[in-house]
Amino acid sequence: MIAFLKTRSLAQSRSRRRKEADARATAPDIRLLTSAATSSKPLLLAAVLLAVAFPFPASAMHISEGILPAPWAGLWYVVALPFLAWGLRDLRVRSHQTPFFKPMVGLMGAAVFIISCLPIPVPTAGTCSHPCGTGMAAILIGPPLTVVITSIALLLQALFLAHGGLTTLGADIVSMGIAGAFVGYGVFRMTRWLGAPAVVAAFLAGMLSDWATYAVTSFELATALHGSGSMAAMFAAIAAAFLPTQLPLGIVEGFVTAGAWRFIESRRPGLIECLTHPHGGHA
Amino acid sequence: MRKVLMIAGLILLLATGLYFGLRSFHAKWSGVDETVVEKFAEQAGRPPREPLINTDQGDLLLFFFLVAGAVGGFVGGYYFRELFPPKGNVDTPVRGVPRGDNGADRSVRVTSRGDS
Repeated sequence: MIAFLKTRSLAQSRSRRRKEADARATAPDIRLLTSAATSSKPLLLAAVLLAVAFPFPASAMHISEGILPAPWAGLWYVVALPFLAWGLRDLRVRSHQTPFFKPMVGLMGAAVFIISCLPIPVPTAGTCSHPCGTGMAAILIGPPLTVVITSIALLLQALFLAHGGLTTLGADIVSMGIAGAFVGYGVFRMTRWLGAPAVVAAFLAGMLSDWATYAVTSFELATALHGSGSMAAMFAAIAAAFLPTQLPLGIVEGFVTAGAWRFIESRRPGLIECLTHPHGGHA
Repeated sequence: MRKVLMIAGLILLLATGLYFGLRSFHAKWSGVDETVVEKFAEQAGRPPREPLINTDQGDLLLFFFLVAGAVGGFVGGYYFRELFPPKGNVDTPVRGVPRGDNGADRSVRVTSRGDS
């Protein structure tokens, strides 16, 4: 009888230990799955709602055809071209280093194209404008490549969506692609260097890249159109006119960028580690 | 059933919000390129020209925007599934990620040229 009880107790103890070991082994997966599911659902729902609710032509930072005089339009093309060449070289080099890099570039390209087509009504101003998505792209694939995908998105919009223009494409690339991407990336790296959490850095990168885009658009317009008046006064007037719409929209873009970062961090942290790794990082 | 009710509730909430929101705001909801960029350009004597390919005619622009949204969504979704495969499908191969290591993997490696 005693032997039977001992054997039973031993079996129960073994069974309990096995269950505890199983629970320990699966706990991290469950935690990760739960966090990924809870973080991705609101993001996806928000994306679907935005896409369904606002399927109308976007109108925002794009400078329309014919607004800039030819010398200024040419100058902005000259400024944009070296960055485009840098981005194309970066794509070739990093595609060999990181196998999944091209899918990430494709995803970011589609995201920037859709985000920059998405007008968001801003009740405080009674107008619509769109986020840019360049801050998010810059912190994930680097600023030079963000210039490339932004250029493609802007070219398609100028050709088929009556949005922007071919003569003003250089200026639009400089404001949205170059300024948005480099400011977003710079802010992200600086904030991380100061010790802030990555999500906070992503929020600031998204927000400031949006504001930088519109600040540079104001500068481009002011330099070309101030005539005999003061350029600084015209810049201030245009920037102030953008402010009621872009101030809240920049904050929204900050949250979108932080949400995207949080999603990748919880679902595929390896991707972020790899993209920000010194050897696989931005060139 | 719970999900259906939740989605129906969200649609109802959105419709109600839009109904009251649009009735209370008497705004044109124009884009800032019209209210800011074109306004300043016209004041400076440089109004915008017609685009090279003017799709802004009737419903044509809406058609192009919807096509662009659909194509962009398809491309984005395709690459999204490649980078973030469904968590249950552990055998889905992902370029650059070891097989069977989908979901919450922490093992994405950087490979240099020539590595297999």
